[in-house]
Amino acid sequence: MSTLTPPVGEGDHIAGPDHAPVTLVEYGDFECPYCGMAHPIVKAARRKLGDRMRFVFRHFPLKEIHPHAQRAAQAAESAGAQGKFWEMHEVIFEHQHALEDEHLVAYAAALGLDGERVARDLADETYVKRVRDDFRSGVRSGVNGTPTFFINGERYNGPWADEARFVRALEDAALVGSK
Amino acid sequence: MAESQILSPGTTAPDFTLRSAPDKRLSLSELRGNPVVLAFYPADWSPVCGDQMALYNEMHEEFAEFGAQVVGISVDGVWCHAAFAKDRKLRFPLLSDFEPKGAISRAYGAYRAEDGVSERALFVLDGEGVIRWSYLSPPGVNPGADGIFKALESLSGREQPARSEAPRLSPPETRP
Repeated sequence: MSTLTPPVGEGDHIAGPDHAPVTLVEYGDFECPYCGMAHPIVKAARRKLGDRMRFVFRHFPLKEIHPHAQRAAQAAESAGAQGKFWEMHEVIFEHQHALEDEHLVAYAAALGLDGERVARDLADETYVKRVRDDFRSGVRSGVNGTPTFFINGERYNGPWADEARFVRALEDAALVGSK
Repeated sequence: MAESQILSPGTTAPDFTLRSAPDKRLSLSELRGNPVVLAFYPADWSPVCGDQMALYNEMHEEFAEFGAQVVGISVDGVWCHAAFAKDRKLRFPLLSDFEPKGAISRAYGAYRAEDGVSERALFVLDGEGVIRWSYLSPPGVNPGADGIFKALESLSGREQPARSEAPRLSPPETRP
């Protein structure tokens, strides 16, 4: 059984209440088309589960096949340092085909962030290690491609593209988790 | 269906010399002195293999830290490997277990005779060429790299020795 290593902690980007009975972790790549397909499904699941679920996103950029994935992840971290990780995460997934540095900076600026700071963070590679740490945790956890999901710490091997089944798996975990 | 019995930890890895390119050969003995990861896989281009090789490719920094050399092995011919490696920008060699077909895969117990392809099997060797960890994955499942990573860590003394685990069984991959 592949188990999330390390477990969700303070260094993570977490959306949703700490006491939620379900924690969904996604290892994702901002340039990966499957992650792009999964994005609205995850959003739908978050809406359905509401306060019963918290969502965590960890970076797993496959930069050899997705040349913009690493920079996009770093830009999301930079936006996160300015308090808008999730907003940036959303914009990037909505614009998967325009992920050059200048686009990333423009998205940050459009969110009201300091775009120059994001540009500087990209130039200085400020968040390379932060992103790599996520990648390594993914390797340790048994991530074998993107997206890979973990539900309450266990790798979810079912089909995420089937929204009803994905939501049911989360609902089932919510029942177990709240016992 | 007959399940392959792959070579187990403690066994000296059988040496081999296989083509790594149309005009190049690689012998296992050349890699002595550092850890080696042998990744037998069924076929170039198939979706799961592609993912699996792409993952190892992304991990070149991590493998480099352990001084480990990764080698992919299948029964595909050298020109097929060359095209696949170029398409996926692979940074590690792919060897052709092509003639006699599957001979090296068989020597490792990693040949699926009924399909005529290598199993999806992983071996981590130490610097002396002794198998320290091995794992047979169901052919449709990308085994990831957590097992390899743990084995390399244990070899380098960074963590407690890896238990010789029974193969993990996961349900088949269901990526769209």
